[in-house]
Amino acid sequence: MSAKSGLSSGKAAAALGLHRFGFGPVGDAIAAVATDPRGALLADVERPGAGRLDAPNLMSSSEAARQVFDFRAERRAEQKLASRQQKQATASGEAEVASQMAKLSGAESGTPAQKPPLPQQIILSEAKARFDAAANAEIGLVERLVWFWSNHFCVSADKDAAMVGAYEREAIRPHALGRFADLLQAVESHPAMLLYLDNVQSMGADSIAGINQDKGLNENLARETLELHTLGVRSGYSQADVTNFAKVLTGWTWLRPEEPVHGGEFVFVRRFHEPGNQVVLGKRYAEGGLDQGRAVLADLARHPATAQHIGEKLARHFVADDPPPSLVTKLAKVFLDTDGDLKQVAKTLVTAEESWTAPRQKLKPPAEWIAGVIRLTGTAADIPIGRIMNAQVALGAPLWRPPAPNGYSDNEAAWVDGIARRIDIATEFAGRASRAEPLELLESGLGPLASPQTRETVARAESRSQALALLVMAPEFLRR
Amino acid sequence: MRLHAPSRRELVLASGTLFAWAHLPKLARAEGRDPRFLTVILRGALDGLATVAPVGDPDWLALRGDNALTLDGKLPALKLDDFFALNPAMPNLHRMFEAKEAIVVHASATPYRERSHFDGQDLLESGLPKPGASESGWLNRALAGLTPGGRVDPKGSKLFAVGPVTPLVVRGPAPVLSWSPQRVLPASEDTVQRLLALYRDCDARLAGVLEDNFKLAAAVEQPGTAQKPAAPGPGQVRAYFSEAAGTAAKFLAQSDGPRVGALALDGWDTHFNEGIAQGRLSQLLGALDEALSAIKSNMGPAWRETVVALATEFGRTARINGTDGTDHGTATVALLIGGALKGGRVIANWPGLKPANLYQDRDLKPTTDLRAVLKGVLRDHLRADERALAQSVFPGSEAVKPMAGLV
Repeated sequence: MSAKSGLSSGKAAAALGLHRFGFGPVGDAIAAVATDPRGALLADVERPGAGRLDAPNLMSSSEAARQVFDFRAERRAEQKLASRQQKQATASGEAEVASQMAKLSGAESGTPAQKPPLPQQIILSEAKARFDAAANAEIGLVERLVWFWSNHFCVSADKDAAMVGAYEREAIRPHALGRFADLLQAVESHPAMLLYLDNVQSMGADSIAGINQDKGLNENLARETLELHTLGVRSGYSQADVTNFAKVLTGWTWLRPEEPVHGGEFVFVRRFHEPGNQVVLGKRYAEGGLDQGRAVLADLARHPATAQHIGEKLARHFVADDPPPSLVTKLAKVFLDTDGDLKQVAKTLVTAEESWTAPRQKLKPPAEWIAGVIRLTGTAADIPIGRIMNAQVALGAPLWRPPAPNGYSDNEAAWVDGIARRIDIATEFAGRASRAEPLELLESGLGPLASPQTRETVARAESRSQALALLVMAPEFLRR
Repeated sequence: MRLHAPSRRELVLASGTLFAWAHLPKLARAEGRDPRFLTVILRGALDGLATVAPVGDPDWLALRGDNALTLDGKLPALKLDDFFALNPAMPNLHRMFEAKEAIVVHASATPYRERSHFDGQDLLESGLPKPGASESGWLNRALAGLTPGGRVDPKGSKLFAVGPVTPLVVRGPAPVLSWSPQRVLPASEDTVQRLLALYRDCDARLAGVLEDNFKLAAAVEQPGTAQKPAAPGPGQVRAYFSEAAGTAAKFLAQSDGPRVGALALDGWDTHFNEGIAQGRLSQLLGALDEALSAIKSNMGPAWRETVVALATEFGRTARINGTDGTDHGTATVALLIGGALKGGRVIANWPGLKPANLYQDRDLKPTTDLRAVLKGVLRDHLRADERALAQSVFPGSEAVKPMAGLV
C-alpha cells in the first residue's frame, strides 16, 4: 500500500492521483479508476468543453464594470441627496426628511434583509459558479489547472471587484488547455489585468496624449509580465528590456465603464502609444501599434526561460515544493516542443513517472483543501458560498484577492501555520454534513492511503461530525 | 396558527446547536393544559457516575478511588438523598431537585449494548431497538402520532429546526423547518487533542506546528490581545450552551409558539483527564447546569408545564482508566427537569458496584430502560397514545412499560 516505486495502477495509485491532480476522490472513484489512474486523468483533459464554465447567468467583465459604475454613481447621488436633506432638516427641523432618508437607505417597513452591494453580489455568484465546478467535477484536474493558471496570472478584487470572476472565465478558462501564447495574449489584454497592473493609464512620453498631458510610462505590467508571467525573475532581461516593453504596451487600455455601450472593454488607443521601433531582449520590434505588443508576447510565450519557469511552477504546484528537476525538464521540453500546447504539458505532468513516485508530502493550499472537504462531506448544497469564502479568508487565501501579483504561494511554509484554523473550519463544515458515515467516507476519500492511526482516530470519534472533522484534518487528507 | 420567525438576534444566539420544535399536543390541550417538551441529546457518552454519584454504595470509594465524588471531599458533592449526590458543578440542578422540579433516573440505558458512539447515538435518537439506517427519530414519530389521523397542519410545519443539521431525533414524516446559524463554535479542545495525538504518531511537522500554535495562543491569551485562542475556553462553551438552550426555551415559552423541540450538546467523551470534580467534565457539567437554569428562567410561567429530558447514548466504564478518564460503557443517568414533574427523586433499581454486579465486569449495569422513561413522559405529559409508543415511536418496545408517575 505504499506509494513508492512508480505505481501505475491499483487503489493506492488511484487515490494518490485523484488527490494530487484532482480535488480528491468521492463515492467509488478510487475503485473506478484503479485499473488505469493515468488514463482517467488523461480522459479528464480530453472532455469536450473541458475548462469552460456553463454559467449563462453571469455577466461579462465589461457588463459587470458598467453596472458597478452605475451602481456606485447611484450610491453617491443617494448619499449626496441624504446629506443635503440632512442639512435642510437641521435648518428646518422637519421630520419628513427623516422618513425620506429612511426610504433611501431601504429601511422602510416590510423591506426584506438588504441584498449585498452589487460588486459583492457579482463576486458571490462568480465564486459560487467556480466552487460548484470544483465540487461537482468528477476528478477536477482541469479545474485544478484553471485555478493554477488563474493564480499564475492573478488579478485582485481589491483593485477591481467587478471583473475578477469574469476575467477568469474570459481570459483563463478558454485557454487552460490551449496554447500558452493565446493564454498570454488573452490575459495581458484583459481590462482586469490592465487595470490591476496599472497599464490603463500608461502612455508613451512621446505619444500624442503623453505630450499633451505631460505624462509617461508605467512599467508595472511590462515588468510583471517578464518576471512573473513568462520568463521568470533573474532570467536575463534588463531594465532596458522592461522599459522598452512598457513602451510597446502603451495604448493597451480599456474604455472607461461610464461609456454606456462598450465601456469596460479592451481598446488600443493610438494616442497613448509610444511611437517607433523598440528593442526587447535583443530583438527589434517595428512600430505596428497593437501588433507590436502582440509580437513581443508571442516571442515571450515561446522563450526557453518561459518554458522552464512554467514547468517549474506546475511541478511545484502539483507535485512537490522542491520538484524533481527531471520532471521540470520534461515539462519544459514538451512546452517548447509543442509551442506551448498546455494540454500536452498537462498530459506530460500526469503521466510522468516522477508525478507518481514523489512522496505525498505536499500540503494542499487552503482553497483546494476546502473544496476537498466539501466534496467528501457532500456539503456543497448546505454551505453558503459566503461561508466558503470566509473560510478562505480565515486561512489567509481570500478568493481573487492575493496580496501581490505573484499570487498565492505554492510552498508549505506559507500555509502550515494555518493548520489550527483549519480545525475550526473542518469542525464547522463537518457539522453541516447530515448522516454521512465517517468510515465509509474514509474509504471513499482515502481508501488505502489511510494509516491505521487515522482509521482508529476517525472510528473512535465522539460523534459523526467530530469523526468527519478528524478525517479531513488527517495528514493523509491534508497532504497529497 | 403560524410560527413566529425568530429575530435575527435570536438566531445568532442559537449559534450552531440544533433545535427542532413542533406544534401543540392536541389531546393535552383539550384537558386545558399546554405542555412543553424539550429533549437534549448529550453526544459523546456522559459519565453517569461522575454526574450523580452513589455515595451510599459501600463499594463506591474502592471503585473510583481519588476520583470518587463524596459528601465530605474537598469539593463536596451535593446531597440528593441518602444514597446519591450530585456533582458539585451543578448547583442549579440541585436547587431544582430540592424544589421537586428534577428527577434523576440512574443505571438507565437504551437497548444498545455495543460501544460505538455513532451507532449508540443513532439508536438513542431513532428509538429503534437495533442500530441501522433510520431516517426518522422517535420525537418526530411521536408528534406525527399526536395529530388525529396522522395529518399535518398544511399551513405550517409541525417541527422547527435551527442549526446546520437537524438532529435525527426530530427527523421524520412530520416536516421540519430549519435555519442555518450565522456563527459557530470553534473546534473543541477534545478535537484538537485527538488530532495532536494523531499528528504525533504520523506527522511530526504538523504536530510541531500545532503545538507551537497553542503555546503562542496561550502566551497571548491575555486581556488586551486580539488573537483568538485555538480552542474555545470554558467561558465560550458555557455561553454557548446557555444561549442555545435558553433560546430554545424562549420559543417554547411563546404563547402561540412551538411546543416540542430538541437540541444537541456535544463534548462528553472523556477518555483522559476527565476532571470530574475540577477540570474538563466539571466545566462541561457547569455549562450544562447554567443551560438548565437558562431554560427555567426563559420559560417564565410556562416552566410549570415543562418537561426537559436529557439523555446520552451510553455511559462510561465504572472504573477509571489508565489516563485518568473513563472509556465507553453502558448504563448512565438520564435527567428530567421541569415544573410539570413530580420531582425531587432519584429513580434507580440500583445494581450495585461489586465486580460481579458490573455489566461485563466493567460498566454500570443497566436496570432501567431509557425508553420506559421517555414513553412515560410522552404518554403522561404529551398524551401520546400508548400503543403508538410501543409500535411506531419505539418499535418493538411492547415489553417496556411507560414509567408512571413522572408528571
